[in-house]
Amino acid sequence: MRRYSAFAIAREAARYHQGWERAWAAPEPKKKYDVIIVGAGGHGLATAFYLGKNFGITNVAIIEKGWLGGGNTGRNTTIIRSNYLQDPSAAIYEKARSLYETMSQDLNYNVMFSPRGVMMLAQTESEIRGYQRTAHANAYQGVSTEFISPQRVKELCPIMNIDGPRYPVLGALWQPRGGTARHDAVAWGYARACSDMGMDIIQKCEVTGVRSEGGKVVGVDTSKGAIDCNKLAVVVAGHSSDLAQMAGFRLPMESVALQALVSEPIKPCMDVVVMANTVHGYMSQSDKGEMVIGGGTDAFNNYTQRGSFHHIEETVRALVETFPMVSRLKMLRQWGGIVDVTGDRSPIITKTPVQNMFINAGWGTGGFKAIPGSGWAMAELVAKGEPGPLSAEFGMNRFIEGRFIDESVAAGVAH
Amino acid sequence: MSTRLSNTGRLVNRSAVKNFTFNGKKMQGYEGDTLASALLANDQMLVGRSFKYHRPRGIVASGGEEPNALVNMGEGARFEPNQRTTTTELFDGLTCTSQNHWPSLEFDVGVANNYVARFLPAGFYYKTFMAPRAAWKHVFEPIIRQSAGLGKAPKEMDVDRYEHFYAFEDVVVVGGGIAGLQAAKAAADSGAQVMLMEQTTDWGGRAPVDGAVIDGKPADQWIDETVAALEAMENVTLRTRMMGAGVYDHGYITGYERVADHTPGDGRPRHRLWRIRAKQIVTATGAIERPLSFAGNDIPGVMLASAVRDYVVNYGVSIGEKTVVVTNNDDGYRTAIALVEAGLQVPMVVDARSEVEGELPNKARDLGIRVEAGKAIGKVKGGKRVTGVGICLQNGEGGALEEVKCDAVAMAGGWSPVVHLWSHCGGKLIWDETQAHFRPDANRAPTGANGEAFVLTAGIANGDMGTTEALASGDAAGKAAAKAAGHKASRKAAPKADVVAENAMAPVWIMPQNAGPDLRMKMWLDYQNDVKVSDVQLAAREGYESVEHTKRYTTLGMATDQGKLSNINGLAILADSLNAEIPQVGTTTFRPPYTPISMASIAGEARGEIFQPLRKTPMHDWIENNGAHFEPVGHWRRPYAYLQDGETVEEAVKREVKNTRRKLGLLDASTLGKIIVKGPDAGKFMDMMYTNMMSTLKVGKCRYGLMCNENGFLSDDGVVARMDEDTWLCHTTSGGADRIHGWMEEWLQTEWWDWDVYVANVTEQYAQVAVVGPNARKVLEKLGGMDVTKGSLPFMEWAEGQIGGFDTRVFRISFSGELSYEIAVPASQGRAFWDALMEAGEEFGVQPYGTECLHIMRAEKGFIMIGDETDGTIIPQDLGLNWAISKKKEDFLGKRAQERTFMTNPDRWKLVGLETLDGSVLPDGAYAIKEGDNDNGQRNMEGRVTSTYHSPTLGRGIAMGIIHNGPDRMGEVIEFGKVDGTMVKAKIVDQVFFDKNGEKQDV
Amino acid sequence: MLILECPYCGVAAEETELAAGGEAHLTRFGPGSSDDDFETYMFMRENPKGVNFERWRHANGCGKWFHAARCTMTLEVFGTYSAQTYEPPADLIKAIKKKRPDWPGYGAHK
Repeated sequence: MRRYSAFAIAREAARYHQGWERAWAAPEPKKKYDVIIVGAGGHGLATAFYLGKNFGITNVAIIEKGWLGGGNTGRNTTIIRSNYLQDPSAAIYEKARSLYETMSQDLNYNVMFSPRGVMMLAQTESEIRGYQRTAHANAYQGVSTEFISPQRVKELCPIMNIDGPRYPVLGALWQPRGGTARHDAVAWGYARACSDMGMDIIQKCEVTGVRSEGGKVVGVDTSKGAIDCNKLAVVVAGHSSDLAQMAGFRLPMESVALQALVSEPIKPCMDVVVMANTVHGYMSQSDKGEMVIGGGTDAFNNYTQRGSFHHIEETVRALVETFPMVSRLKMLRQWGGIVDVTGDRSPIITKTPVQNMFINAGWGTGGFKAIPGSGWAMAELVAKGEPGPLSAEFGMNRFIEGRFIDESVAAGVAH
Repeated sequence: MSTRLSNTGRLVNRSAVKNFTFNGKKMQGYEGDTLASALLANDQMLVGRSFKYHRPRGIVASGGEEPNALVNMGEGARFEPNQRTTTTELFDGLTCTSQNHWPSLEFDVGVANNYVARFLPAGFYYKTFMAPRAAWKHVFEPIIRQSAGLGKAPKEMDVDRYEHFYAFEDVVVVGGGIAGLQAAKAAADSGAQVMLMEQTTDWGGRAPVDGAVIDGKPADQWIDETVAALEAMENVTLRTRMMGAGVYDHGYITGYERVADHTPGDGRPRHRLWRIRAKQIVTATGAIERPLSFAGNDIPGVMLASAVRDYVVNYGVSIGEKTVVVTNNDDGYRTAIALVEAGLQVPMVVDARSEVEGELPNKARDLGIRVEAGKAIGKVKGGKRVTGVGICLQNGEGGALEEVKCDAVAMAGGWSPVVHLWSHCGGKLIWDETQAHFRPDANRAPTGANGEAFVLTAGIANGDMGTTEALASGDAAGKAAAKAAGHKASRKAAPKADVVAENAMAPVWIMPQNAGPDLRMKMWLDYQNDVKVSDVQLAAREGYESVEHTKRYTTLGMATDQGKLSNINGLAILADSLNAEIPQVGTTTFRPPYTPISMASIAGEARGEIFQPLRKTPMHDWIENNGAHFEPVGHWRRPYAYLQDGETVEEAVKREVKNTRRKLGLLDASTLGKIIVKGPDAGKFMDMMYTNMMSTLKVGKCRYGLMCNENGFLSDDGVVARMDEDTWLCHTTSGGADRIHGWMEEWLQTEWWDWDVYVANVTEQYAQVAVVGPNARKVLEKLGGMDVTKGSLPFMEWAEGQIGGFDTRVFRISFSGELSYEIAVPASQGRAFWDALMEAGEEFGVQPYGTECLHIMRAEKGFIMIGDETDGTIIPQDLGLNWAISKKKEDFLGKRAQERTFMTNPDRWKLVGLETLDGSVLPDGAYAIKEGDNDNGQRNMEGRVTSTYHSPTLGRGIAMGIIHNGPDRMGEVIEFGKVDGTMVKAKIVDQVFFDKNGEKQDV
Repeated sequence: MLILECPYCGVAAEETELAAGGEAHLTRFGPGSSDDDFETYMFMRENPKGVNFERWRHANGCGKWFHAARCTMTLEVFGTYSAQTYEPPADLIKAIKKKRPDWPGYGAHK
């Protein structure tokens, strides 16, 4: 792989950029791989990358139905944070966040990780208590957060209206090293690195069946024919139930639409990420200048990548209330993605009833921020056949045992 | 130069002059002008700077597809960035400034990027700015952000208002051109309820500009007559200034009406967002002309040929004195002809096609226009304005044959149907080889609730290029839509137009065909985002082969015009680079809205005080007027404390606790949920809902009950009173009433539908006041009425009767540990009853108290609070509430879940009281920290604080928490971690801090 | 933006009037049931691409729960029916099969 650098750009500029090589190869599938990963989104590619980097396993194919990074990796609001309450969540999201810190250098691909800080607004007494609790937990989980005053909120984000009238800002949970990254670049950077390690990224190849013998996975059927493997990792976000069905089991999971929108670009006016859960909206400003806005999910199963307009209304209403300047911006584009949500809204990284088949799913609305940590943990699970500490708590048996990893508790309930 | 002509302009009213300013410069236009046409009339071609290279940008289009001419408009509270001048109606007093430059439009230092553009190809930022690591956030990103963005951020609070309208229609027709008008007419004639919307101020679209003749009449006349006919029909709604913004599932369509953009401050709502349900939608949205890709095609003065024609015919504005027309089709000649007929010069029509014959070219030749076939523009000369073009062979490499002096270039690259609304909800496209464009595939239309197509398309939006064809398809779509909506199609025939024969266009994606890299680096595809032919080719070379990859890597089509001008040209280049067919490459996804719509219109009326409905108890006004410091609780606002003169919130809370414990306090408890459960099977039902045995509760008695969800977690609590043999009254938490009522209905309707039980949420039918404190009985006895003595109404019983002349229901229950009566009166009597209590209580030291005092008093007594001690992961057993879980019952909601291994594990954290050794208040939410780390390097924890307060009664900190094996560790001292890493020591104690034997409440 | 006809009050209800309630026809397993049965009841979901039987409540309307058969890929609604039933009505299943010959049928994955 030829390294990217300012010098490389200067060199290529001299010859009209005719000499750049492909970022990743476009191979035809081989007959067999040590590991097949289904899904070339961020999580799948990161799994492949860490299989190679941490375990030296490079006879790997990453199979993608559409185009790499074309699912939720390329359609989220790019927020990165790890200010989670429960130990297992804080561990894996903080692992991910710390890997984001050096991702550009690790991949030699600028993913534009921008640790500009993430704040979650407290607008009710129960949110104050919830976030104070989170701040206490984070202090002993190795996650750097603090609960800040409304005045500090205003200093960090001057365009915010903290005075209400309906929901004044009472404080915020602030993670200064949270931020954003360029979502497509994360997928592209991993893809380039995986390809460089000799892995095959096979796009436009749909998995149509999972083949197993004696309860053990032996390969997959695809639109490009059958491909054999020793191990199979399924990392397909919203489509997990479908793949599980092919392998003959069910998941504690439902797929719903999550929507987002952007404004037209304006000059820089906001240098932090703000999430407001009481009014259901979150916003940051992209490097292009667009205000990137996210909201809630539909409550019904949906695979269309289209959500319902009233959610957009709710979200924009919340943003206009929180940031009055939004009123005179315009919505440029709205879109939806399919997210899979589990019984406790936390992910599943686990072995399956089929031997040597592993699944990583259920990231719900929070997958992007987890990509490197998720890949790291999944690679360990696939390589060793047993979960490591990062994924140990994210098994499926937790539902039978009643051992939930429920992050919604920090939001509290009204009394 | 561009200027106003004296003899044309069908849309402007020259008798109404409008004054406006651009960058502080005073200018004049006419009523009917767009801001763009007025700027051009004042020779203001340069209007902005591009996004990346800060190149000079001029007006290139005449409608919503304009990528360049965006301005900061208005001032102060009406300031708005990125206003598109081509769709902004001119009004008197309009002020605007150009965007994205410093220090000025003419001299922008950002243009430095342009001179190093060769070093800034597509995606350059992914390949550099990586070292040192901190530099991205602190050096490179700020520079890039400052350079990017377009308009300025608004600063002040918007003073305009916005509203939502609803409509339900049989047929919605989007687009008021001739096809849309005919579609609406045909649908309306068929008896359908029709809405027709047009995004501009005028009906008729392009037909009048192109000189169409319909039914033997000039297009303008036919349009006027058709509009008049539609206006006269009761089943038709006509809206101009209204854009079809988005099509959503099941026939939902949003209409964006710009009611008062052109009359700011006149009191009308500025924008109106229509949410329309249509049985059928007809998209007659027209088409957008494509630019041609030649070197220098972004220099101000290069414009779409159709736009040049629009400015001359509609607004009487010439773009230049000498305009070179460059085309790959016959339609471009219409522009050349219109210019010459307006008295302007067209030195040459450059036609990429090798043979040029036909009605329009020949007419041009007859007018003396020089037509050059098989030629191309090799290069445009000029900086901030076109000064000439170099002509070359289309199938060559760009070697100049001759240079033609001109000050404008009109480019006609063929037409792309506006397929956005068709595509929003899943409509698929088909590639039309003849016209080299995508058009809707009628066999793969968006489908609605019944699985049938609900969007039809008409006119040039359907690829019907001729006037007659457009009218015919409009007519057919209107009739088909009416029929699908349940009406009988009208039998009237479609109008006919005079036919102008046109020869085939030639798909030309770059000019000249064999241009080298140096020229391709100067061929713009996306003007706003500075994406060039070379960038798309680079993306393909580097493996960003999917059209979505190319878009995201190059930013092609991601500008505010969302690729309306650039997408087809871009993907043709991509297809060529990949040696693929265009339809195989496909398009990116079309997403709403069609053009950007104001956020304010989406938010609608709900802002400020009416952002969300505020629920008010009957006492709310009194509370508001008596010093309340409010907190939001659900949709209620409850008094946290009542502040007296000069008091802080903390002081007020302390006073309220002391006063209530020593004398008399009143709490507005009306927000507490009140749900009636009634029927022969109500007892059985209550036993399923609650963990307690409720069926055995005696009439007249009260019992504290717990509700769990099916996961076994505590979800609500409250006092249940048995009203009569088959009626129970359930009190829920304030936030829980609607949720619990819904929960009961769900089980009754979906699981035990054969049980004879009815539930009713009567929360708002009653006001409820907690009369609390040693003097509680005295004040009630003073008001007089029912017997409230211990003998007649003991603790945990209830009675009905009159107090002070009010009909009341009195519950002897206590959440404070004090003598306490919770008294319900009809909601209409709530305020009067409250006033009576305040007046009668004066001599007994009555004071109202708020929610914080309530919380402190319950914590002093060790009572749990839903939302504090519980968080959705707590089972009753964790809180020592086993006594409230019936062991006699076979089943209740949550029982099975509580049998799971993690629930029965003895290692669960359990509720205890906590006292700091130094008397301080434990930090809220603090965790009990244990030695060592877990496998992920996190500190081990053994519990956490769930409630913590300063107790005014005891004069020190008290807390509750859940601790590993807590109840077995009484007296043990453990450590709680503060956020700063230091520890606070606290002793595990009984959770009841005050009046341990409960003597005070039972007097 | 869905429209579902409430089988109780007959209103063609806007999505904003409705509350979604997840997979339909789950069998409740209470005390004494096996771990697998309880897990299936509480957590395991078909989540099909295609025909889905689901629960809705006409929450901001008549307040009644009902069932709907709906396609999760196209959002086509095949029909709505009573909440007081253990399985979809036979005529509805027949109608769906007619429209979707490839549909494996109700309960095929259970």
